[in-house]
Amino acid sequence: MLTARDLSLAYGDRQILNGIDLDIAEGEVIGLGGPSSTGKTTLGRVLAGQLLPDHGEVLLEGTKVGPAATGHPARAQYAPQSSELAVDPRWPVRKVLANGMAPDPEVLAALGILDVWADRLPMQLSGGELARVSLARLFHPHLRLLICDEITSQLDAIEQDLLLRALVGLTGRRRIAVLLISHNSVLRSRFCRSSLALDRQDDR
Amino acid sequence: MSGAVDPTLPLPARRRNPRRRATRHGVVALALLGAVLLAAPLLPEGALSIDRAARALPPDPAHPIGTDMLGRDIAARTLAALAKSVQVGLLAAGASTLVAVVLGLAATFGRAADHVVGVLTELALGLPHFVLLIMIAFAMGGGTTGVVVAVALTHWPRLSRIMRHEAQGIATSDYVAISRALGRSRLWVARHHLAPHLVPQIIAGFIVIFPHAILHEAGLSFIGLGIEPHLPSIGVMMSESLREIMAGHWWVAAAPGLGLMLIALAFERFGEALRQLSGPPGATT
Repeated sequence: MLTARDLSLAYGDRQILNGIDLDIAEGEVIGLGGPSSTGKTTLGRVLAGQLLPDHGEVLLEGTKVGPAATGHPARAQYAPQSSELAVDPRWPVRKVLANGMAPDPEVLAALGILDVWADRLPMQLSGGELARVSLARLFHPHLRLLICDEITSQLDAIEQDLLLRALVGLTGRRRIAVLLISHNSVLRSRFCRSSLALDRQDDR
Repeated sequence: MSGAVDPTLPLPARRRNPRRRATRHGVVALALLGAVLLAAPLLPEGALSIDRAARALPPDPAHPIGTDMLGRDIAARTLAALAKSVQVGLLAAGASTLVAVVLGLAATFGRAADHVVGVLTELALGLPHFVLLIMIAFAMGGGTTGVVVAVALTHWPRLSRIMRHEAQGIATSDYVAISRALGRSRLWVARHHLAPHLVPQIIAGFIVIFPHAILHEAGLSFIGLGIEPHLPSIGVMMSESLREIMAGHWWVAAAPGLGLMLIALAFERFGEALRQLSGPPGATT
């Protein structure tokens, strides 16, 4: 479903990605690991179409991914690491959830989002609650791939497990592929069918 | 007394509530402003005219703050001067805020624009404030227009820097990236992410600039580069009072000086309280 071929990207003269190939099938959960500063986040943003690679291309169901057009949510969504920074601190939860379109009750139920949070501000939710809200708004009917960049790194082990279980259950039912970016190889091996790791590109 | 304050009231906790504090300072400042602007046009006919029979009188029932050497009532003249100063100050602060917002937002349109605004800001901040003010007012030939232009062109850098920093921070934030990925247009992002964040900062910036504007307007008028001397203005009154103070006529300087200080101080405190409030909710700034 998603095919990335020969992706390369450099920031200035620092080569971040160098000839990356990647295939993700429909509904598959793939892990992505590797030491810090090996380009995990950059790869995630490239696959979501938020960053354009210097070289190579990303095809999602046969069409090239790029920045979302107005009124058409991108089919590949990128969930950033820190949900505190990923929601507008002035928006009530109700507005955050309706950012893309009216929230889907099934998604809200699956991720355990409660109605009473609707009028709260992001700072009035716990880390785990906010992570759920931050994820839920990304679900739209045309979502094919969800790229989760260390979304559970700020949560404790129990909360991590609950959230990822709920997420993987939901994406499995909807045949949405997930790219789970995480340092934690135990976490990846528990939820992902296969895992790949990035290596350092430069030895400076 | 039955109206005595209950000593058990948690006063310190109430003072620390920034929203209450801003409201309290705001009510005081706006009440002062409203009183000055409403009362000045109600002055009776001839209240500002010269009266040879009543020259240099100390405060008495007919002239509550006395008269100057030309027999003009100081109370009426101070009120008219404050109204004039406040009007000029509002205009100048408004113009300065506009310059700050336009330049600050222009800086988000690209690297070149950002560079130009950055250099301009550094330049304006590097030059001595009052010297620049005098030069611009002098170049404009003095007068009310000169004051407004001079204040507008010298007071924008601080607010403009805040605007630039905040706008760039929001434009590159994760939540804007997500809104864009969910198919929201640039205009939608500007309206729903940028505006709610910047509008309170703009209002606070305006209120902070305002006392500076009226103080500098008075300063320019004092050295003769400001409001035309035939109009009542605080700066002109202060400079006229110099000769009278030596004759012991303290009231001629006290009334305009205290009036100006009171208004400037009220708005300074209001502005500070608003600035603290205009951060995102829960931020500890």
